Amino acid sequence: MLRSLFAALSGGLFGAGLLVSGMVDTVKVQGWLDVFGAWDPTLAFVMGGAILPMAVAWRVAARRGVSRLGTPFPPRPEPRLDHGLILGSLMFGAGWGLVGLCPGPALASLSFGGWGGGLFLLAMAAGMVAAPVIRRRLDRLPA
Amino acid sequence: MIPQDWLHGFAGGLMIGSAGALYLLVNGRIMGASGILGGMLDGSDWRHWTERLSFLAALVLVPLLIVPLYTVVDTHITPNPVVIVIGGLLTGIGTRLANGCTSGHGVCGISRLAPRGIVATVFYILAGGLTVALFRHVWGVI
Repeated sequence: MLRSLFAALSGGLFGAGLLVSGMVDTVKVQGWLDVFGAWDPTLAFVMGGAILPMAVAWRVAARRGVSRLGTPFPPRPEPRLDHGLILGSLMFGAGWGLVGLCPGPALASLSFGGWGGGLFLLAMAAGMVAAPVIRRRLDRLPA
Repeated sequence: MIPQDWLHGFAGGLMIGSAGALYLLVNGRIMGASGILGGMLDGSDWRHWTERLSFLAALVLVPLLIVPLYTVVDTHITPNPVVIVIGGLLTGIGTRLANGCTSGHGVCGISRLAPRGIVATVFYILAGGLTVALFRHVWGVI
């Protein structure tokens, strides 16, 4: 119960932050990526603002070992740069550039994003369902 | 004068980072939108499903409560359904193959100086920049 309550607080604050920051606006996101057009640096301010409290949180987590509700903190992932990380990030970047939405803002704008936003979320969900099949093929490739 | 958009961006960013800090320090989890949603969609990870659903429900519903405070809120999403579907598929497949998106790799990874988060962010920004350059300035599709 407490876990769900704090998860909802976090999700709500995340959604509100996405709205306030303007990152639900595809024009601002594509503007950040449009270095040959009217470049818009807003996204860098959002990232900077978001990284500050998170960096503090990681420092606090390093001192504590377990979270307030007793869950051990996620371990540092192996610094392994595999096919999935590179190819996946390239694919995500292409989709992000085409439409200007990433998963967080796609969810946060669902209530006011019209049919286009709903269609994007459906396609993204379908991609997420299909991803494990593609991952299994990638895992068979030589490293 | 600093443009309003940048200030709003920074303020919203602080809110996003605080949300991630809360999820980490209280629930002990990484706030990654694609991981929280994708793990349930492909059935690979239903642990903590109640907190995942609570997170997602609030992420969708809280903006609805704030929208009336603004005169206009528009995503300005392209009206081209083909572009939307291809972009959505690429985003869904890509974020799951890479195990993270802008929130997980970008916000949570970079702030931890995680090599995977930094590399992922460099690659998706490069791919995004190249995509906008080609599809907007060369082919005029978007």
